Amino acid sequence: MKAKEFNIKWGMVIDLDKCTGCGACMTACQVENNIAPMVDASNKLRTLSWMLVYELSNKKAAPDAEIAYLPRPCMQCGNPTCVPVCPVIATDKNEEGGIVSQIYPRCIGCRYCMAACPYHARYFNWEDPIFPKGMEKTLSPNTSVRPRGVVEKCNFCHTRLMKAKDKARQEGGNPEALADGAYMPACAEVCPTGAISFGDIKNPEHKVHELAKGENAYRLLEKLGLAPQVYYVSKREWVRKLGDNYAATGKAGAEKKHS
Amino acid sequence: MKTQFSVAKFDQKLQERWGEVMEEKKQCKGCGGALPFVIGFVAAVIAGWVLFPDLIYSKKTQPIRFSHKVHQEQGMECSSCHTFRDDGSFAGLPNNESCMQCHADVIGTDPAEVAYVEKYAKTGKEVPWLIYQYQPDNVYFSHKAHESFECKSCHPDVGKTDTPPVYYENRLSGYSKQTMKMWQCERCHAENGVSNACHVCHK
Repeated sequence: MKAKEFNIKWGMVIDLDKCTGCGACMTACQVENNIAPMVDASNKLRTLSWMLVYELSNKKAAPDAEIAYLPRPCMQCGNPTCVPVCPVIATDKNEEGGIVSQIYPRCIGCRYCMAACPYHARYFNWEDPIFPKGMEKTLSPNTSVRPRGVVEKCNFCHTRLMKAKDKARQEGGNPEALADGAYMPACAEVCPTGAISFGDIKNPEHKVHELAKGENAYRLLEKLGLAPQVYYVSKREWVRKLGDNYAATGKAGAEKKHS
Repeated sequence: MKTQFSVAKFDQKLQERWGEVMEEKKQCKGCGGALPFVIGFVAAVIAGWVLFPDLIYSKKTQPIRFSHKVHQEQGMECSSCHTFRDDGSFAGLPNNESCMQCHADVIGTDPAEVAYVEKYAKTGKEVPWLIYQYQPDNVYFSHKAHESFECKSCHPDVGKTDTPPVYYENRLSGYSKQTMKMWQCERCHAENGVSNACHVCHK
């Protein structure tokens, strides 16, 4: 299957050597996207985390033990597996920029997309969102609150893209050629170490254009051919190998298929 | 042989019974037929097309009888009051501050203006206008992106009205009857070659 191509390709490059695992991106994401805090979040099969930081380990004993942290948003795949399985066309990749979009009221909660996604980027609302008293006043107008029974996922803070386009129009700029940094998802904006870079991977004026081409850049499970729009960078070979689950070519840093 | 015999007997009995049924049917002529069906059909159509819409929508009027016509006659444009903010977002309806640039005190003779000045301008309370095009929370709409269109290509042409149109509120959903429907958005996007991906209009 050939990846859908667009003139703009919003992408993220995450430098795992810079990530300290602080979780600010997760928090920013929950706030930006109105994810209600759970009373009991100990069952991780029922929590909602559009952005989730995983801990990676080289599984060696001290003094060789090393860990790395891997923030995982939605990969916005070029060949999204979640889209063709949706029986009600509630999710779609059909827009300039390549963000996999979703309409919550149309979702029937069958969770085929969750089964299809190899990155576990999709989450199901098992409960109605309940915001502690007073917190409803802090809800972000950027995202609608989802009810129980629908699936949701990261959308690169899509409303921020729409707002950046509006701002460009107001200032006489071109909304289809936003400047580097004009559109930033909450996680990329908040990251204290600057591990998350964001921009148009196809636009040479955006710094992610070069970062994604770097020799240490790779994508998760590249062997599946889903062409994710999220790239990771690490100088550590064992980290890169884990990203491909050791299986693609047998050597670290899988082949790069991007432009 | 025995079986065949009973089948023939059964068949004969069936035909006899059928004859009796037809006889009974002829006797009660007038209790069936097309007329009751037509009456029922017409009643259902009236209930569905005339009574139900009245039941499901409650009618509301604007808190102040605002005349767009009077304002337009002063040479004002839509954009004189319905403005964009600096970041490209749309401010929608003007607030007291804008209205009071002219109406801090009564300047005309219209009782609606007197009501506005006394009830809202002097108390500092914002007018709770009813918004015909109010959309659900999961809809993202950018006025800036649609700036090249005339206001009245989507909004009711209120510029020439003295009295604002009646606001119909759906009793079940709470939304306005006059708001734009999803198929209308999608059709225009498709006709103009604009993407109909979910996130173009939803958030």
